[in-house]
Amino acid sequence: MSIWEYANPKKFMATTTPIIPWVLGIALAAMFVGLVWGLLFTPDAENFGASVKILFVHVPTALMAINAWFMMFVASLIWLIRRHHVSALAAKAAAPIGATMTLIALITGAIWGQPTWGTWWQWEPRLTSFLILFLFYLGYMALWSAIEDNDTAADLTSVLCLVGSIFALLSRYAVRFWSNGLHQDSTFSADKETHIDPSFWYPSVIAMLGFGLLFLALVLIRTNTEIRLRRADALEARQRRSA
Amino acid sequence: MIALLLRDLRLAVRAGGGFGLGLAFFLIVIVLVPFGVGPDKTVLEPIAPGILWVAALLSCLLSLDRIFALDFEDGSLALLATSPLPLEAASVTKAVAHWLTTGLPLTIAAPALGVLLHMKTDAYAYLTLSLALGTPALSIIGAFGAALTVGLKRGGLLLSLLVLPLYVPTLVFGAEAVRRGAEGMDATTPFVMLAGITFGAFALLPFASGAALRVNLK
Repeated sequence: MSIWEYANPKKFMATTTPIIPWVLGIALAAMFVGLVWGLLFTPDAENFGASVKILFVHVPTALMAINAWFMMFVASLIWLIRRHHVSALAAKAAAPIGATMTLIALITGAIWGQPTWGTWWQWEPRLTSFLILFLFYLGYMALWSAIEDNDTAADLTSVLCLVGSIFALLSRYAVRFWSNGLHQDSTFSADKETHIDPSFWYPSVIAMLGFGLLFLALVLIRTNTEIRLRRADALEARQRRSA
Repeated sequence: MIALLLRDLRLAVRAGGGFGLGLAFFLIVIVLVPFGVGPDKTVLEPIAPGILWVAALLSCLLSLDRIFALDFEDGSLALLATSPLPLEAASVTKAVAHWLTTGLPLTIAAPALGVLLHMKTDAYAYLTLSLALGTPALSIIGAFGAALTVGLKRGGLLLSLLVLPLYVPTLVFGAEAVRRGAEGMDATTPFVMLAGITFGAFALLPFASGAALRVNLK
C-alpha cells in the first residue's frame, strides 16, 4: 500500500468522491464557527476597534494563498519526476483557488489598512510580495489555457512553477530590501509564545482550519472535474476516429 | 557555440528591424515620460534611474520572442536539437546573442538618455555599471520565457505576462543601485545582489529553458 496507488485516476476518484462531502462539510462548519465566533463574539481589540475582525478572513486566506502555491510546487515536481497525470491536474486545479485566495487576502488587507494605517495601499514588502504572487498565478493559469496539448501544457507549466517559485522567493527578499514595512511581524509561530489573547486565538485557528479544508475540498472537486473532462475529450476523440 | 553566436548576431544585424527597434523604443519611452509627468527638473531628477531601468527592461522584452520563434518556424531549432550541442548550451548562446544586440546597446545609450531626464552627474557610472550587470539577467530570463512560449501562435502577450514578474528582483536591485549611487550612498549591496542574480540565472535557467525547448520540439 503506497501513496502512489492514488496516482491512478480511477482509484483517485473512487477514493476521493466519498470523502469530498465530508471534507467540504467540516470545512464549512469550521468556517461558520470560526467566522461567527470571530465576528460576533470576540471583544473589540484595544486601539483597533471592530476593524480587527476582518483579520479572521484575512489571515486564513493569506495563509492558503501561499500554501496553494507550495502545493502546486510539490505537485509539479511529482509530475516532472513520476509523470502521474493526477498530480499535474491537481496543480492545475489549485491555481485558480490560490489566485482567488490571494485576491481576497489583498482586498481584505486593503479594507483593514484603510482605518488602521490610513491608506488602502502601501508599497510595503508583504503587500508587494502578495501582489507579485498574484501575478505569478495569473501567468501560470494563462500558460495552461494557452497550450492545447495536455501533456505539453502540464510539462511547461510545471517548469514555470518551479522557476516561478525560486523567483517568487527571490522577489520576496528583494522587496524586503527595497522598502521597510508597516506590517506587523507574524503573530502566530510554532516556537514562540503567542502574543495573542486566547479569545482571538481559538476562533482564528478554527477559521484557518476551515479555510484549509475548504481549499482541500475545492482542489479535490476540481481535480475530479479535470479528470472527467480529460475522459470526455478522449471519448470524443475515439468517436471521431471511428466515425 | 561560437558559430551559432555569430550566425545569430549576423541575422539580427542584417535582417533589420529587430536590432534598432529596441533602442528606438527605449528612446521613445524616455521622451514620453516628461510629457507624462511634466518637464520640472525637481520631478524628473529623482525618478530618472527608475525610469531608465523600467524603459530598458521593456525594450528588452520587445525582442524576446525573436530569440527562438524564427528558428522554430523554419526548422533550424529542430536541427539544433539533433546537433551535438545540447539545447541548454544553445539557449545560453542565444541569450548572449540577444544581450549583445539589445542589452549592450541599451547600456551604452542609457547615459545619453539620462541627460534628457536631468539625472544627477554622480549616477552615470552607477547606471552604466548596473545595466551592464543586470541586462544579461534580463536576456537569460527572457530566453526561458521565450522557450516556454515558442510553440504558441500568439505567444507575445503571454510571454510578457510570464516574464515580467520574473524581472522583479533584477529591477529592484538594479534601480536601487543607481538610486543609492545618485544619493551618494554605498551601493555595494545592490550591486552584489544584482551580480548574484545574473550569475545564478546564467547557471540555472538554461536547464529550464532546455527542458522547455525539448517539450516544445517533441
